Amino acid sequence: MLQEESDLSLIIAQIVQKLKGSNLYAQLERQAWASLQRPEIKLESLKEDIKEFFKISGWEKKLQNAVYSELSVFPLPSHPAAPPEHLKEPLVYMRKAQGSWEKRILKSLNSMCTELSIPLARKRPVGEQKELLNKWNEMGTDEPDLSLFRPVYAPKDFLEVLINLRNPNYENGDSLSFRTHLGLIQVPLKVKDIPELKEFFVELGLTTGQLGIDDSTQVPPELFENEHVRIGQKVLAEQDSAAAQQYIRQGSPTALRAELWALILNISSQPEDILYYEQLKTNVIQHDLLVDSLIYKDVKLTASNDDYYFVFEDYLYQVLLCFSRDPSVLGHFAYNSASPPKSYIRGKLGLEEYAVFYPPNGVIPFHGFSMYVAPLCFLYHEPSKLYQIFREMYVRFFFRLHSISSHPSGIVSLCLLFETLLQTYLPQLFYHLREIGAQPLRISFKWMVRAFSGYLATDQLLLLWDRILGYNSLEILAVLAAAVFAFRAVNLMEVTSLAAAEAVLADLSTLKVMPLLQIFLFATVT
Amino acid sequence: MSRVSVPCHVKGTVALQVGDVRTSQGRPGVLVIDVTFPSVAPFELQEIMFKNYYTAFLSIRVRQHTSTHTPAKWVTCLRDYCLMPDPHSEEGAQEYVSLFKHQMLCDMARVLELRLILRQPSPLWLSFTVEELQIYQQGPKSPSMTFPKWLSHPVSCEQPAPLIEGLPDPSRVSSEVQQMWALTEMIRASHTSTRIGRFDVDGCYDLNLLSYT
Repeated sequence: MLQEESDLSLIIAQIVQKLKGSNLYAQLERQAWASLQRPEIKLESLKEDIKEFFKISGWEKKLQNAVYSELSVFPLPSHPAAPPEHLKEPLVYMRKAQGSWEKRILKSLNSMCTELSIPLARKRPVGEQKELLNKWNEMGTDEPDLSLFRPVYAPKDFLEVLINLRNPNYENGDSLSFRTHLGLIQVPLKVKDIPELKEFFVELGLTTGQLGIDDSTQVPPELFENEHVRIGQKVLAEQDSAAAQQYIRQGSPTALRAELWALILNISSQPEDILYYEQLKTNVIQHDLLVDSLIYKDVKLTASNDDYYFVFEDYLYQVLLCFSRDPSVLGHFAYNSASPPKSYIRGKLGLEEYAVFYPPNGVIPFHGFSMYVAPLCFLYHEPSKLYQIFREMYVRFFFRLHSISSHPSGIVSLCLLFETLLQTYLPQLFYHLREIGAQPLRISFKWMVRAFSGYLATDQLLLLWDRILGYNSLEILAVLAAAVFAFRAVNLMEVTSLAAAEAVLADLSTLKVMPLLQIFLFATVT
Repeated sequence: MSRVSVPCHVKGTVALQVGDVRTSQGRPGVLVIDVTFPSVAPFELQEIMFKNYYTAFLSIRVRQHTSTHTPAKWVTCLRDYCLMPDPHSEEGAQEYVSLFKHQMLCDMARVLELRLILRQPSPLWLSFTVEELQIYQQGPKSPSMTFPKWLSHPVSCEQPAPLIEGLPDPSRVSSEVQQMWALTEMIRASHTSTRIGRFDVDGCYDLNLLSYT
């Protein structure tokens, strides 16, 4: 009992420390000062009266939402003797692997910098700044010469690193034995099996109504949809994050989705946030970064070519360029196994006062990065709100998809979960694909790294991302990948090469996500 | 509560295995680590802290000092404490663990020696152990002070001074002043860890190449 109490007080202290620097704290202080004018606040019982006032005026709810948000994002405080690296990633060999992967990326970026003789960062001359400011809303019309730039890495390069990940304390025999994994991932992380997944995703069960299934045209709306929308409106009126997260597990009505996501992510557009975004915009205009060209190239290669997302090209630049300059993103490296790249001001190599992070947010975009932002453009049209939502989604979820870690939602665990599910429940298919040299992970990896963005139809993708927010976990991506293979199993059993298997799984745009998940989890006879 | 580290001597691990170590195929699944305290008198154990390395279950036996001349016996104070919920997977494999006095099965009043019995039933791991072992005993209690006579023996039945008309009740004033003092103390003690939000150094962001360290 002693241990639990001290754990709890440690968590409380940590959350209080974090919230003290936030806008909410300043607002609560202002409200408390303003409330002193009210007649019901008396000096002798100052504390209780102000607490009562907060409860009535809805500020307590905002504080509850902020605390809930912190609990969802930050890992629980670990043992007091654990060093900070342990919080980022407890397994030493994974930390080392992430370190060498990062070194490779830095080398690649440095060599691009020296080969093309382009500086990492450059202050724009005043004329260029004015020009960019005028063109801010239509940067997509710009056609800079990007032929010399290449993406720093693509998902398949990252997959090769994950395939070669080995635990030095693990029996990695050359010969096949019960110890070797039949899939590509060879590290023995703990992943959930279907009974555990059924328990975890209990709201996706056959007897619970779902948007994506029970709102189709054949089902009369009185059975589920109308009531669900009514509950959604009530949740929004109450402004309760935890309730919204529970509600959205059954899907979000299209009209309420933007507000629900903002409530769950605890984003409210205050004037300070709009000002912050404008500040980032100014930073973009003042400094030109090499990373900007990588972003341009990525948007042109991926989102601009996509039927659904090409209209949002300008929004993507406005969000991603500002994202690169946002130092508040550096905070998430406390629980991310990755570390931000470091550099020094020219001429001051080695002097710590002149050490800076590059890019300022510490995140180097890779091929397909802009697809994390594209689906959000359907929900939010105001650039600063779109920016805030994307930033919060990134520091909660998307960063786990491209860093090496043992977290259950990390990409390594997702890959292992996918392979284990496929082996256990579709052993014939798995064996067949393996025999023809088409390891299933080689096909599904790109889906999971992008959280299926660009592969599914947009309405289906948003239903999937509803569940990511609702369960605060990315495991559903691995389950969906396995469900897709299960759905196309008959065709896949007939292919004889990796290319043919890729062709069978090339087009996912007609798939309905929720029925696939429900059948795979709850209705498959094993 | 305060705690003080006890210098200990950790003897080398001894593997327990059935049969001949050289000829048998498998790796030992049980290791024993003896911990002695050569320079310290029998003490009261408060906490054991270590970093796990792929040990699945831990048992601890303790030998305590007895006042009579009977030889000290080994007593199990922790039985099969689970460090890894699934011995075949990485969960809990490299975690920092603390074990406290209240989790032990017996009284830890006069500890002479400890014996840690590590078990790892899974054949998947090449080796297992516990690292960075540290033993703590209770820190010194705050020294007892002699209070001045008027604090420890307050005068009882003191007549409250008669209330002067027009002035507020002194006990109420004192409680209000206390609250305000507490508020000012809190303001003084708070500090935040938010970033300023600038990424350049004095307006300059002209960089060298990225550094690898």
